[in-house]
Amino acid sequence: MKAENWQQLGLKPFEYEKIVKSLGREPTWTELGMFSVLWSEHCAYKHSRKLLKTLPTQGERVLIGPGENAGVVDLGDGLAVVMKIESHNHPIAVEPYQGAATGVGGIVRDIMAMGARPVALLDSLRFGPLEEARNRFIFGGTVGGIAGYGNCLGIPTVGGEVYFEEAYSLNPLCNVLCVGVIEKDKVKRGRAAGEGNAVILIGNTTGRDGIHGCTFASEELGEDTEEKRPNIQVGDPFTEKLLIEACLELVDSGAVVGMTDMGAAGITSSCAEAAARAGMGIEIDVAKVPLREEGMTPYEIMLSESQERMLIIAEKGKEDQVKAICDKWGLRSAQIGVVTADGMFRVRERGTIVAEVPAKLLAEEAPIYTPEARKPAYLDEVGHLDPGEVSPIGDAAECLRILLRTPDLASKEYVYRQYDHMVRTDTIVLPGADAAVLRVKGSRKGFAVCTDGNGRHCYLDPRSGAISAVAEAARNVCCVGAKPVAVTNCLNFGNPEKPEVFWQFSQVIEGMAEACLKLGTPVIGGNVSFYNETSGHAVYPTPVIGMLGIIQDTSAVCTPEFKLEGDIILLLGPIAPPQEGAWLGGSEYLRAVHRMVKGKPARVDLELEKRLQAMLLEAIGKGLLKSAHDISDGGLAVALAECCFGSPAHEMIGASVVLATPGVRRRDELLFGEAPARVIVSADPSDFGRLKALAEKHDVPLTLLGKVGGDHLDIAIAEGETKTLIHERVEELRSLWQGAIECLLK
Amino acid sequence: MRFGVVIFPGSNCDSDCYHALKDVMGLEAEYIWHKSTDIRGFDAIILPGGFSYGDYLRAGAIARFSPVMKAVEKFARGGGLVLGICNGFQILLEAGLLPGAMMRNDCLQFRCHYVEVKVENAETPFTGECSPGQILRIPIAHGEGNYFAEPRVLEELKRNQQIVLRYHGSNPNGSVDNIAAVINREGNVMGMMPHPERCCEGVLGGTDGKFIFQSMMKYIGWSLPLNPATQGRCGSRES
Repeated sequence: MKAENWQQLGLKPFEYEKIVKSLGREPTWTELGMFSVLWSEHCAYKHSRKLLKTLPTQGERVLIGPGENAGVVDLGDGLAVVMKIESHNHPIAVEPYQGAATGVGGIVRDIMAMGARPVALLDSLRFGPLEEARNRFIFGGTVGGIAGYGNCLGIPTVGGEVYFEEAYSLNPLCNVLCVGVIEKDKVKRGRAAGEGNAVILIGNTTGRDGIHGCTFASEELGEDTEEKRPNIQVGDPFTEKLLIEACLELVDSGAVVGMTDMGAAGITSSCAEAAARAGMGIEIDVAKVPLREEGMTPYEIMLSESQERMLIIAEKGKEDQVKAICDKWGLRSAQIGVVTADGMFRVRERGTIVAEVPAKLLAEEAPIYTPEARKPAYLDEVGHLDPGEVSPIGDAAECLRILLRTPDLASKEYVYRQYDHMVRTDTIVLPGADAAVLRVKGSRKGFAVCTDGNGRHCYLDPRSGAISAVAEAARNVCCVGAKPVAVTNCLNFGNPEKPEVFWQFSQVIEGMAEACLKLGTPVIGGNVSFYNETSGHAVYPTPVIGMLGIIQDTSAVCTPEFKLEGDIILLLGPIAPPQEGAWLGGSEYLRAVHRMVKGKPARVDLELEKRLQAMLLEAIGKGLLKSAHDISDGGLAVALAECCFGSPAHEMIGASVVLATPGVRRRDELLFGEAPARVIVSADPSDFGRLKALAEKHDVPLTLLGKVGGDHLDIAIAEGETKTLIHERVEELRSLWQGAIECLLK
Repeated sequence: MRFGVVIFPGSNCDSDCYHALKDVMGLEAEYIWHKSTDIRGFDAIILPGGFSYGDYLRAGAIARFSPVMKAVEKFARGGGLVLGICNGFQILLEAGLLPGAMMRNDCLQFRCHYVEVKVENAETPFTGECSPGQILRIPIAHGEGNYFAEPRVLEELKRNQQIVLRYHGSNPNGSVDNIAAVINREGNVMGMMPHPERCCEGVLGGTDGKFIFQSMMKYIGWSLPLNPATQGRCGSRES
């Protein structure tokens, strides 16, 4: 075969040689297409697999770790939670609405494939600054696509994050996390077990849409990106909704041996992976696949990424049961093949064999690379900050206003009010809190889930940034009263073939492994997205952590907003930096006020973090806290303001605090410095003694800051005499914060 | 007393309504499949929210042709109580069981949040337990809730007290005259955009939705004390 044929499909010389050697012959055109998609970075994790193996994946609550369609965690009471996050970055750069919509569709099917009902969605999004028109278009389209698809499915979109940085202008990120709930003994796996069992395709017809979508996802974007629009699939949420209901009935029917999503690389990946996982083979006939258009070649059918399709492995003799359930829901179903014992993935077109390759070779034996890693030169320039470079601020209140108005810190209500976040009536902590909380009807149990990841921190110190992301995600679920138990991660990077990018990646994995191990939150699955790079400009290294926390009793959840006049406000964790400037590096304050992206972000003390989280959980469990809110971007002052802003359930209220920090010179660092392991809580004054004792027991610093009440946020500093730094009406601060994003869009 | 909750393909608030009626209000509730043509034996029918047939073409435009809608129409003509919530309201409009039409929200975006609505008519089977002018806090979640009726119809609605709920404070979708719920002339078919089934339990942040279901129960012939603070079951089948 001519070299340009396989080169054009994205295969490398070494990879083509391996195919020829393994098959003992030249591949057919269809086989070559199948290899090119399954051996793409997107499907095969060629550059990441080796390092991913170093992440902790075991834990007492882990029922199924990485390798299946999604991870599964034991919730207790015979219930399990299924969770997975996935990226759809390249598609939104080209066609934001459909790109985001099909991103939702894909991750939802991964949860369905485990047999679970999808019950919650979260989205972690990154865009370029909203001042640019194209960024506004991508932002609006992405949010609209998530809303359009997710709302129609009746799955609440309960949380996530949105950040805006220049580094994402050409390569926006869209990571979608889905959570499902299932009875433990009903969990399905994506396995084609049992010789003679039926291979059934259900859902939408197969068309020419999305051919080579995953090859597209495995290369840098460039000048010709607009031409890739045909690679983007178009979503049909109505069919997906029917598919959800049908799959749940199929699981209950007992006719199903295994299920798998048909996403990237379509029939090729779903069949090959299902067969390989079971150590079996599959034989299909492409002539039996219901098609959307005439004249499709076997190559096109095998590589189509048409959405809303699932592959069902049904017990032999129960094919009619599957068909009856699909008919009830108005869905197409077609038996396209059978499970075989010979380990081969054989594709026929009626009588003719068009492809015949070992399923394991396709699904599991793609070449694994160990790329070169080199510390990037830019770190010499920006990796260090001399506090003297940062001029001290005059007007603290003005800084606070600037920070509350930056779209990174501003209220994301503009986004989440477009998402149905209440459908299914299980969302008991609505968007806007540190983590979303869902109850499980018929049980006292519930779970909390959030996403976190600070790309700027990882850009300045990848290892420490990754540790921070895990620590913050765990802290966030603790703030609502949930015990963190498992992580799903989405790792967004540039081109891994560049040593500097691979260095960032390896540092992030190291940090993540350390933090997950220490905090007892194993990684149960996830996704790596490389090649988020255009014309040599890569995104910030952006690991997004999806954290799951378990709640034993949903009547004892906690929320961030202050509740009652007269309650005391306490800070858990350190009040001042260990040395001057330690909390300034990489902060939002430095970026928004001083226009600097510099310095090393504060490092996490994982021991302290662990103790703080244990204390929080004990305090919430004992009913000692009225509110709890993590201090992160924007520091103490921004966190205090957010606590004053109220929620759908509580009115806004003022607060008055005094910082007694002798010897600390920089007020900006006290107010806006960013450091991990810090939480603002409020409590009834009569509980102060008990909280103090609890803090001593867990060896966590505790400082009494002030009181809830009034209609102003007052922050003063005690330096001999008390000086007011901030005295602002809460209502005015809130309206700045609430309207900032909408204001930028006008 | 039996409540029937219709499931159209694409309904997604069916199980929420069922839960609110059965597990919270303690009523007898059953699902009705969209292909059913016989709905005898029910005291009230709920057309729940969601995206029937994906809202393709226009919200409610395809669902109105479902076999069950013929039966619902007959049930309504016979005086049976029919409540359409959100997508259910849209279907009732498309089916001609209620006057007016629905357009996209004036902001052209989907909206999900709590709203305040004012009870304009407390004499209906759906609001009998409310006091006139009472403000209810109920969530909305829709992209097409911009209710419209031509001036002549609007005048008639006003004259006959057919406007049951109006948005109070701000109007989230641009509906004419701030309309959030209307009832038919006969007073047994109501459509409302807010979702009462989403606020029947304190843990969800509100219980005002119970007023709607409690009113229906009372009208049908049950009398149970209404206490918004009551959690969980507030009635039982045997009483």
